[in-house]
Amino acid sequence: MYDFSYHKPASLDEAASLISGRDDVKLLAGGMSLIPALKLRLATYSDLVDLGAIDALKGIRREGNTLVIGAMTPHAEVVASAEVERAIPALAELAGGIGDPLVRNRGTMGGSIANADPAADYPASVLGLAATVVTNRREIAADQFFLGLFETALKPGEIITAVRFPIPEAAAYCKFPQPASRFALAGVFVAKTAGGVRVAVTGAGPSVFRFKEAEAALAKKFDPAALDGIEVRPDGLNSDIHASAEYRASCVVVLARRAVMKAREAGAR
Amino acid sequence: MTRVSLTVNGQRVSAEVEGRTLLVQLLREHLRLTGTHVGCDTSQCGCCTVHLNGKGVKSCTVLAASCEGATVTTIEGLAPEGKLHPMQEAFREHHALQCGFCTPGMIMSAVDMVRRKGNELDEHTVREQLEGNICRCTGYHNIVKAIQAGAVAMKRT
Repeated sequence: MYDFSYHKPASLDEAASLISGRDDVKLLAGGMSLIPALKLRLATYSDLVDLGAIDALKGIRREGNTLVIGAMTPHAEVVASAEVERAIPALAELAGGIGDPLVRNRGTMGGSIANADPAADYPASVLGLAATVVTNRREIAADQFFLGLFETALKPGEIITAVRFPIPEAAAYCKFPQPASRFALAGVFVAKTAGGVRVAVTGAGPSVFRFKEAEAALAKKFDPAALDGIEVRPDGLNSDIHASAEYRASCVVVLARRAVMKAREAGAR
Repeated sequence: MTRVSLTVNGQRVSAEVEGRTLLVQLLREHLRLTGTHVGCDTSQCGCCTVHLNGKGVKSCTVLAASCEGATVTTIEGLAPEGKLHPMQEAFREHHALQCGFCTPGMIMSAVDMVRRKGNELDEHTVREQLEGNICRCTGYHNIVKAIQAGAVAMKRT
């Protein structure tokens, strides 16, 4: 890892001024992706700005029919939160499947979605639940947030402060983890809301995406059988030593069915 | 260089570190606390697990500079000098190690598991919650038994 200057601002404004107008400065959240990337020299920065001392970025709260999770809230807190368990249990379960317990003690929601790893779990919940990403400058709808491989709508100098999740009628996440890394070979988040059904897929493509054919079928009938005959085309999906694009395409449909089944069971409790 | 001051195993310490210095380097190279091991250096194996402000972390993936004012416990600080922590005792009793390289991380992770999951741990929970620690000798069998026994023993103490 090449050396850098380390900063730990106490306020969001101070953090924003440290990164303003500089493209060789990077924000550090939990560091679970950034520090390994720096070690591998996949990335190098002159300065890191650690968001760990800004209390305003932490915490979980319910606001009416919305669950608000601070950007610097570690996964372990989402897993253990009674508020999350009551509002969106699927989100707690998803968080409990990220990495391992020690990683979950450090890794954060904001860090995960800003990084936009194609196989990360949180992006599936953000897109599947039609969440809103709140930054120090504006609010970004999930559908406009994830743009591609490690690419988001965040502008230089913009800092995620929280994510607002509308509470669904029912939701579930199913992933097929790569056995060593626990990253999703494919993962599907299904949410049933008053406004319709959303199905978000991670791990399978260069970026999280919506499986709209499945959404349309499930809107008619929220039942795994509604997905009979629906296929995902492997064109453009990820293909690597772990799984071919065809295999991932097949996984997506299987996982979507399982997620619907799980969401129905959870809804019936 | 930055000066970082923190509490390690109950003692106030401080050191001059670079931005890129890792917590595990601070512990091993500056403070000579070599019980914390570096196995993979890629946050997969868990050999470097310590408690940072009471929570288990992989110290190879934490910047030393970010630990200003923090409280760190390493395997050396788990029990008073000359004594074994109940989890260490359980590892000894159940022969939960062969080469021993992963053991400090296993024990620190096991104690964190008890904090999160309580003293009554079934085998499935232990195996699932031990995902972040890799042992290449034992096949985990005795490690799982030791953690279950150690968790119960921690309740008694």
